[in-house]
Amino acid sequence: MTLLVVAEHDHQTFKPSLLQVLTAAQAIGGDIHVLVAGNGVEAVARAVSALPGVAVVKLAQGSHLEEGNAENLAALVKMLAPGYTHVLAAASASGKNWMPRLAALLDVALIADIVRVESADTFTRPIYAGSVWATYRSTEAIKLITVRSTAFDALSAGEGQAPLEPVEAGKDENLSRRVSLALTASTRPELESARVVVSGGRGLGSAERFHALLEPLADKLNAALGASRAAVDLGYVSNDYQVGQTGKVVAPELYIAVGISGAIQHLAGMKSSRVIVAINKDPDAPIFAVADYGLVGDLNELVPALTAALPAA
Amino acid sequence: MKVLVPVKRVLDYNIKARPKADGSSVELSGLKMSMNPFDEIALEAAIRLKEAGQAAEVLAVSCGTQASQETLRTALALGADRALLVESTIDLQPLAVAKLLHAVALRESPGLVLCGKQAIDDDANQTGQMLAALLGWAQATFASRLELKDSGEAWVTREIDGGLETLAVRLPAVITADLRLNEPRFATLPNIMKAKKKPLETLTPEMLQVEVQPRLTLLRVSEPPERAGGIKVADVAELVDRLKHQSKVL
Ligand SMILES: Cc1cc2nc3c(=O)[nH]c(=O)nc-3n(C[C@H](O)[C@H](O)[C@H](O)COP(=O)(O)OP(=O)(O)OC[C@H]3O[C@@H](n4cnc5c(N)ncnc54)[C@H](O)[C@@H]3O)c2cc1C
Repeated sequence: MTLLVVAEHDHQTFKPSLLQVLTAAQAIGGDIHVLVAGNGVEAVARAVSALPGVAVVKLAQGSHLEEGNAENLAALVKMLAPGYTHVLAAASASGKNWMPRLAALLDVALIADIVRVESADTFTRPIYAGSVWATYRSTEAIKLITVRSTAFDALSAGEGQAPLEPVEAGKDENLSRRVSLALTASTRPELESARVVVSGGRGLGSAERFHALLEPLADKLNAALGASRAAVDLGYVSNDYQVGQTGKVVAPELYIAVGISGAIQHLAGMKSSRVIVAINKDPDAPIFAVADYGLVGDLNELVPALTAALPAA
Repeated sequence: MKVLVPVKRVLDYNIKARPKADGSSVELSGLKMSMNPFDEIALEAAIRLKEAGQAAEVLAVSCGTQASQETLRTALALGADRALLVESTIDLQPLAVAKLLHAVALRESPGLVLCGKQAIDDDANQTGQMLAALLGWAQATFASRLELKDSGEAWVTREIDGGLETLAVRLPAVITADLRLNEPRFATLPNIMKAKKKPLETLTPEMLQVEVQPRLTLLRVSEPPERAGGIKVADVAELVDRLKHQSKVL
């Protein structure tokens, strides 16, 4: 078996999720090749080639690959896929965008968002907002998989020396172009890989209070900030903060849910966290059913008190 | 321009799904079913295009059992002009649905397909992208804003991991709706009555000459690992103490 893992990157470094996707690939077994596609991404490719367990790094470069355009990326991987038994990528906004397109181009099924590798052809994935897990076997000649990165440990340290192999970059499908990109600037750790996440919901009441109460707490814990859908819809924070079934899935060491009721759709994105703390004035809020530690009361008093009780970062 | 909107009948989002006792599938019998919420948003976007004079017709399509007629009637009550059911009792996986929609699109020649970004039952998030590939069209997934330009392009703002990306896609295209694209309307009683008279056509995969057998074998469904129940703490001091000494996370 030879597997192709498609690396996600920002042209400077690969995304931390690559280390978790590689762990999933190792659980499947076989030789692991990694594709780095982009424009001016030699440094990313070199960093990937130094990872343990990577046999070959394929490097595809061209201006049409610069923006991670789904049409162009799917067309590129389609050319490479016939040499592989499995193609894997992270179940991120990017992987979810281009991988299904590739699946249809190859006429094979895609197993999305896996949380477990049962064997080389059998995988488990959450369905129904994670209320149920489903185990599927695939008999497709090429198995396409997106990996829920938080369900796998990061590849353990080590060193590799995989050779770099340039590959044909394909052509520009010319179906779409980027008009603009507005990335949220933040000095905080990335939500998906942070050790601690502080999340706020509708209970915060306003954007001002969301930031006034949660930023100092997050500062002390060196935490990423997250939010419920309600908090995003109300404009307290932007869409990339949303945790849940249809937002991001996180599994930090510590997740602090403030003024969040704990709807199934929210739990879907955080219930695999190691330790969960909930602060809510409603003692019957469903969030308490998954919380290791529940604090019942008014968040306007409890959050500043908690912030004050923590040692400086 | 005709807009095609695929709609799926799913377990209502307020109901927590459970596996059947034998682990063969998810228990659905006797439970409330509704239109997939993301499809409601896609449909609302299509109806608004029609109201703005940018679309001539909204065609709702569902693939599934006869019960999906109910979902299509809802779509008609909300403002779709016509409905089409591709009836099948087989467990339709995303690639099969994409192939059915592809066949329907070849028959209907829409200028735009507006889908929900995912169905909240299998959470696959695949069908729209697969359909775009089969048609050879552009795709713009996870849309939170949509604007049709005179140039024949659609400008779509997409919710991505780090923020927002705006794409200009050439039409025809497949666009998949995210939560914040709009707030869907409710069907009014007069419109529900009117919907009963709107055309609803039924086809089969055989008539469309599409092979829909499942590609993946579902071996079992199960409960996910349970979290051990936690405790309520008395105050902030106890919380900090337990975080430090019990779970050792601080
Ligand atoms: C298709 C679909 C997809 C969805 N996807 C997601 C998703 O990805 N992520 C997500 O989060 N949601 C999602 N939702 C929405 C979800 O169903 C809930 O509506 C949402 O999570 C509720 O957000 P909330 O907990 O902030 O608000 P609420 O449910 O309104 O809860 C607010 C909480 O704050 C508490 N509170 C209020 N004031 C105070 C105070 N002063 N002190 C302490 N506590 C206080 C209240 O007791 C309450 O429990 C989705 C819904 C649908 C239909």
